[in-house]
Amino acid sequence: MVEIDMNREISLEALQAGNRAEFARLVDEYSTQIYRLALKMLGDEQDAEDVLQNTFMKVLQSIDKFEGRSSLSTWLYRIGVNEALMLLRRQKPTIPVAMDYEDDDNEIRHPTQFTDWCCLPEEDLLSEEARRHLDKAIRRLPEKLQVVFLLRDIEGLSIRETSEALDLSETAVKTRLLRARLNLREQLSTYYGERLKEEQV
Amino acid sequence: MSDKNCKSLLGSLSDYVDGTARDELCLELERHLADCEDCRIVVDTLKKTVYLYHSNTDTNLPVTVRERLFKRLNLDDFLKTN
Repeated sequence: MVEIDMNREISLEALQAGNRAEFARLVDEYSTQIYRLALKMLGDEQDAEDVLQNTFMKVLQSIDKFEGRSSLSTWLYRIGVNEALMLLRRQKPTIPVAMDYEDDDNEIRHPTQFTDWCCLPEEDLLSEEARRHLDKAIRRLPEKLQVVFLLRDIEGLSIRETSEALDLSETAVKTRLLRARLNLREQLSTYYGERLKEEQV
Repeated sequence: MSDKNCKSLLGSLSDYVDGTARDELCLELERHLADCEDCRIVVDTLKKTVYLYHSNTDTNLPVTVRERLFKRLNLDDFLKTN
């Protein structure tokens, strides 16, 4: 068995020198995040696994070209997002206009749902069914809003890291994040509003 | 949620929810929320939306997925170390 020291920071120098133990550490450090990102984007375990493998294959092939302008993790997320988008496009080569029209629209949409569902108990808000619904709502977001939301709110990247990973300005990240959150709030309001009605009956 | 105040506050909601809004903006928003029920609901449910997503991130990497990944990358000899 080969020992790996998990406490030390990952060394880019070692990775670029072809150190396999260091690459194994990199894989263990980031594979859960990339798998989760892909799973949330694609909603299918096999697809998420393909994205995970392709991401690290690409990292392996291009690590010597990485210049360190962003952090290693931001660069990994960037590759992961691109791999997931490529798979999505292969599956759905043409995105219907109706689904993606929000992309070019910088205006923030006005909320239309005013049900206060905050009072629902936590076990209803985070039941198995509700969690499935939370994931489904992410997949219904227009692609450009979806990736920003996933990196910022699910993966916990900063606004700046998100902007670096996606090659966007910080202003664009903030606008898309707000639009994504408001869109999800609308979707959740419909879903939890129904649960609230059921409770009240 | 229909007057000018509501619309102008909408753009700053993410900062408010994340706790990064400037103090004056928070005050302005909170003053408005005290009088506007629709906006109060939007802000509360938006906060809750973000909170629920933050609570729903517990994906684990299945052991078999990790194994296949290490094999694909020819890293089998490092497989047992985690």
